[in-house]
Parts: sequence; C-alpha cells; structure tokens
Amino acid sequence: MSENFDIEIPPAFEHLAMVRSVLSTALEAESVLKEERLQDLRLALSEAITNAIEAHNRSGTEATVRIRITVANTKVTVRVTDQGDGFDPSKLKKHPPVTDPERLEFERGLGVTLMRRLTDSCTITQTKKGTTVTLVVQR
Amino acid sequence: MSVLVIEPTFEVAEYGRWAVMRVTGEIDMATAPRLRQHVQTVTARKPAGLVLDLDRVDFIDSTGLGVMVGAAKRMRMIDGGFRIVCSQNHLIHLFEITRLNEVFDLYESLEEALTSVEGVTVDGAGNPDGVAT
Repeated sequence: MSENFDIEIPPAFEHLAMVRSVLSTALEAESVLKEERLQDLRLALSEAITNAIEAHNRSGTEATVRIRITVANTKVTVRVTDQGDGFDPSKLKKHPPVTDPERLEFERGLGVTLMRRLTDSCTITQTKKGTTVTLVVQR
Repeated sequence: MSVLVIEPTFEVAEYGRWAVMRVTGEIDMATAPRLRQHVQTVTARKPAGLVLDLDRVDFIDSTGLGVMVGAAKRMRMIDGGFRIVCSQNHLIHLFEITRLNEVFDLYESLEEALTSVEGVTVDGAGNPDGVAT
C-alpha cells in the first residue's frame, strides 16, 4: 500500500521552500524517515526542482513542474518531471580535485552529485517531452 | 495550504579587522543571490578575514555552497582568511560528501573561529567582542 502527494509549481525558484515544507510535513506526520534521511531527501528534492526550473527557464516555457511524493511501506519515492530542454548528466564538467586551487573556479555543478550521494537511488530519464528525476530513499 | 517560508537574514559585525556574517534561514536558488550580494559587499571592504556563521541556517543547497566557494575565492584574491562556523550535523555532512570540508576551514563556534585573530578579545562569558555594522 502506498500514498501519493502531488504538487505542481510554476517554474520559479521562490516555490522551492514551499515544496520542501510539503515534503517535511508529509513525511514527519508518521515519522516516515529518520530526521537525517529526511534532511537528505529534502536537499535532493530541492536540487531536482532547481534543475527542472532552470530547464524551463532555458526553454522559455511557463508550464508547471510536477512533483509526486510516494510513501510506501519500504521506501519513499519522489519524482520531479519537467517539460524543459533536458540535460545530459554525463556531459557535466568534472570538478578539479579539492586540493587544486582551480576548484574555487567552480561555483556550480554539485547538484547531481548531491542527488546521487544523498539518496539510495537517483535516476534521470529523458524523453522528447522533458526530464524526470526519480529519487528513492529506503525506509 | 499555508506554509512557513523562512526568509534568510544576514547580519554583519566587525571583530578587529575581520568581518563576521551571521546567516539565518534557508539558502537555495531563490535566496542565494542575496547571500552572494552581501558577501560581495563585505569582501569589497577588504577585511583581513571573513567568517560565515551558519549555525542558524536551516538549509543550504548546492547554490549556497557555490556562493561559499565564490566567497573563499574572493578572500583568497585579497590574501584574506575565510572561515565557516558550522556545528549542525546535516550541514557538516553536506560539506563532507562534497569534500568542501577539505577546501574550507570549519569551526564549531564563533569563538573558536576567531581564536588567534588579531585585535579580538573574548568577554567573561567566552563571547568575542565585536562591532555591528
């Protein structure tokens, strides 16, 4: 048995905090996740939505970004679906080693790394209509 | 549905020739530009060092981390120090998984961050003496 929470937001960054708040409220009610894992998922979700909104902004679309939170017995799944121009994570520029002074030239590009490191599974699926990021955290 | 959105605040104080910025609230793509603007304003004054106090920050995303990387770079360009106060486990975890803990100097308290900073005194309660700007 599972329960879904669906949210649609305009492609604007000021909605990020609201979605994080909804996630916390949905998962805190029955202590679905331990606090540490909830914090991890909040951040991963925020990164996914940020990428989605940026994709919409690049495409010039005002279409909404869709978020579905699914709480199941064994895991929490979050899907973020956009209708933007998509992106290829394999083409992300690799950061220099942290010991390299050049590392300070890179202020962006940690979002996908964080999504992958903070969840048990992070899948990025592209279609002609846009991109879906699926984040899974085991309970 | 009503939700609570915590607006960040940025308070700056001077401790000797160092600047301390106390940040509160949530730093994400919506609010990071304001943090960046405040950092640029402070670093333009060319302090001997900058401390970012994140102890009252509830959330930071990769954009916020990026602003900190930019702040470290700016301070390095003027040969200034750059330190971060952070005692919250989930923020420390964030620095560790991005390995930025190896780039930044992290401290558990403002007092600890200002230890050995010239011109900074500590009062009887263990609090450093500063001037709000």
